[in-house]
Amino acid sequence: MRVVLAEDLFLLRDGMIRLLEAYGFEIAAAVADGPALVTALVEHRPDVAVVDVRMPPTFTDEGLRAVLEARQVVPGLPVLVLSQYVEQLYATELLADGAGAIGYLLKDRVFDSDSFVDAVRRVAAGGTVMDPEVISKLLARGVRKEPLAVLTDREREVLGLMAEGRSNAAIAERLVVTERAIAKHTSNIFLKLGLPESSDDNRRVLAVLAYLKS
Amino acid sequence: MTNTKKRLNAVAEGGFWFFVMMLPMLVGYVLLSVVVGMAGIGLGLLAIPPTALYLRWLADLRRTKVRQWRGVEIPDPYRAPPRFEEGFAGYWHRIRFHGTDPAFWRDGAWVVVDPLVGSLIAILPLALVLNGVWGFGISLFWDVLVRNGFNDWYTFVHVHAGNEGLRWAPTAVGVLEVAIGLAFAPALLNAHARWSRLLLAPTPAQVEARLKHLTDTRADALDTQAAELRRIERDLHDGAQARLVAMGMHLNAASQLLEKNPEAAQKLLLEARDSSAKALSELRDLVRGIHPPVLADRGLVDAVRALALDSALEVEVVADVPGRQDAPLESAAYFAVSEALANTAKHAHASRVWIDMRVAGGLLKITVTDNGIGGADASRGSGLRGIERRLATFDGILALSSPQGGPTVVTMELPCASSSPKTSFSSGTA
Repeated sequence: MRVVLAEDLFLLRDGMIRLLEAYGFEIAAAVADGPALVTALVEHRPDVAVVDVRMPPTFTDEGLRAVLEARQVVPGLPVLVLSQYVEQLYATELLADGAGAIGYLLKDRVFDSDSFVDAVRRVAAGGTVMDPEVISKLLARGVRKEPLAVLTDREREVLGLMAEGRSNAAIAERLVVTERAIAKHTSNIFLKLGLPESSDDNRRVLAVLAYLKS
Repeated sequence: MTNTKKRLNAVAEGGFWFFVMMLPMLVGYVLLSVVVGMAGIGLGLLAIPPTALYLRWLADLRRTKVRQWRGVEIPDPYRAPPRFEEGFAGYWHRIRFHGTDPAFWRDGAWVVVDPLVGSLIAILPLALVLNGVWGFGISLFWDVLVRNGFNDWYTFVHVHAGNEGLRWAPTAVGVLEVAIGLAFAPALLNAHARWSRLLLAPTPAQVEARLKHLTDTRADALDTQAAELRRIERDLHDGAQARLVAMGMHLNAASQLLEKNPEAAQKLLLEARDSSAKALSELRDLVRGIHPPVLADRGLVDAVRALALDSALEVEVVADVPGRQDAPLESAAYFAVSEALANTAKHAHASRVWIDMRVAGGLLKITVTDNGIGGADASRGSGLRGIERRLATFDGILALSSPQGGPTVVTMELPCASSSPKTSFSSGTA
């Protein structure tokens, strides 16, 4: 699996290259700033990109903008964005095109290399992986806003796990119920959020987006 | 600029002040007469706001031009206007505001005295030059003038039929006048600028009041800043620093146990990892409190949008704020909105909040409106007092309207100079 990596700090970039190579990924390019990232993404069309948000030249949200720009040229290009902070605002911007294949994780998630690499693979396969911190913030403040107010507590719990990028099987295991029960919950969620009939992947992205915007 | 050009410019400036500005000054004089003359029957009071604005426009024009042309800086003494309501009550407040502003009455005095003194100083060089040219004209057309019965004095030369020998004397005198006019033009126009400053700059009392305000708000700002630094120091000491110490201890113990008891060592290593994650999370929260990442990345509007997304309330943000503002101002405005939103969530029992932000007339105006129960009191809540102090450092103000039963409207205004829009970066090769 070919990866483009964008990270401006040499130590972290080096560490990430080693980690990904150890898990059998091939590094197509490793860049250190926004403009170089856009070029690399469009040129190499990797299976997945792993991108740091804050990079030169402006040291603001360079990586995020580069990703959005590249995804306009290459729609649905799988990208896992890493950051010292996770912001709901940025999460919704990343998901806004509805194409999925987006991950958004805190940098510390790299510490747990197994689950980090798992997240990279899920994004490469078109999944959506939101950081548990985004989800826990959403859960903590309670849901009073439309349209999620119509969901039951259990359905919101399932939606949160869905946003973290877990499959129905994984959610079932976590909540100690059958996969059939989870499938029922997810179809209820799609129905209540008024998501049109389409592929399951696509509806999952839209549901997560609605969740983040709530 | 050459010397001659400088002198000619000064002469032209004098002409501008006399010929172009005299009429507008007279209009100001007439408006002021209405204010003073009809004060008895109340009509004068109604004329105060338009007169004040007109006089201010005139005076500001003088200030700008004098700075541009003469390099004389004239600070303006006006009080910052509050927010006026619509309708009659608002108009009455306008009258009171302008009527009690000493700067308005000083503008009035200026418009009365300046035509008699300032304009005469300003026109003197041009008058001399024009009169000099007229002397040359007399010499040229002496015959025609005399034939038509012209019999007059040019300065000290008597122009009449029997005086033909002195035909070129007016030219000589005229040349002298032009020379004097040009020689003294810069000095006279500088004098005019200083005269303008004398009448239009703030008085010592005004400067002193301003100074007191600045001293007070500076003391507040320093207190706030010192308290912030103490809080950051404490948070680092109890949080991230302590975690790093624990991490070091765990790693040390793990390295000693590695051979004898690998299982225990593994457990300690995992604990060290958790410690580092917790330290990072605490540092993240700390940084968020100092300078939120979205504010640094995107500026005020998106930062407030991010706040709205994070809030438990349904928050709608409408913004018309071009480009980026100065970083300290953005930060003050952001934390003010954040505090207002937190107050609403805590006390207002509201479900919806509307935030409106716009820049107009050099002011950043922010209103935070909720549909809660109202009854908020700025003198009791320390949160609102805190915002007020924070805004005062930027000459900003906060107004609270919160009748029992709601709705609560918090209005904040900050003077601002919008900086140029952030340059976007292109996607060229690096």
